[in-house]
Amino acid sequence: MEQDNFSPHGNALGLQFVSEQAGQLFIKVPYAAHLVGDPDTGVIHGGVITAALDNASGWCVRLHDQWIEGNSMATLDLRIDYMKPAQPFKDLLIMSECYKITRHIAFVRAVAYQDELDNQVASSVATFMLGTATVRQA
Amino acid sequence: MKILQQLRDEGRAQDMQGLIEQIPFAQFLGIQVEQKGNEITTILPFKDTLVGNVSLPAIHGGAIGAFLEFTSIIQLLFDTSCEKLPKTVDISIDYLRSGKPVATYGRAIVTRQGRRVANVRAEIWQEEKSRPISASHGHFLLAPL
Repeated sequence: MEQDNFSPHGNALGLQFVSEQAGQLFIKVPYAAHLVGDPDTGVIHGGVITAALDNASGWCVRLHDQWIEGNSMATLDLRIDYMKPAQPFKDLLIMSECYKITRHIAFVRAVAYQDELDNQVASSVATFMLGTATVRQA
Repeated sequence: MKILQQLRDEGRAQDMQGLIEQIPFAQFLGIQVEQKGNEITTILPFKDTLVGNVSLPAIHGGAIGAFLEFTSIIQLLFDTSCEKLPKTVDISIDYLRSGKPVATYGRAIVTRQGRRVANVRAEIWQEEKSRPISASHGHFLLAPL
């Protein structure tokens, strides 16, 4: 996993790869003016967290031992719980982990936090469909 | 939120386009609002920075999620005219079809509005409204905690 693996949307958001260890992927979203959802407070929009969690969740599937290189995948569903607003002017950090992969489906959980892992802003669970033929996607 | 209060003072409490023009992240995504009577349609014109899968190409799931969330919140603000921006408690998104590199449209329905929490369903589509590319169901906190 390298920085240039991010999608155009991931790059536009400013996502940065931090590290990867024991199947856990760490990503950073540096605080930026264009991510703000409430101009009064400077708090970033929930959609930024949605996008970052979706991105990190998708990428950690590719880190799983049973991931087959060259396979395709599509998000099936994503559920996000927002525990509290992100503090403004601070980077948002994401940790994602693919805890189960089957022939067709990958299951991922992820958390968005600031400063420390237990200072959680949001958490998510997602499932991804694997091996979907790209031509049939309509 | 100052903008909501300001719009209300100017008698434009339901000017949702005026509102999203003040939200930087809505501008970053390029979201627009079309209002016909009491019907609101959100529009997400396609642009390259929305792409998640370059080879298809397809719109990023995160951008789709953010668009659904905006669609829900805008409908909620329109229905309730509340002074505070509703806070998302949770949102559950079903990805139904891949988002093609064309404009996407959204509609939301407030299924239940309580004093503190509102339930909102949203659906977004591209060429055909009957073929949604994604749908969501979320809970939003209306009063501050």
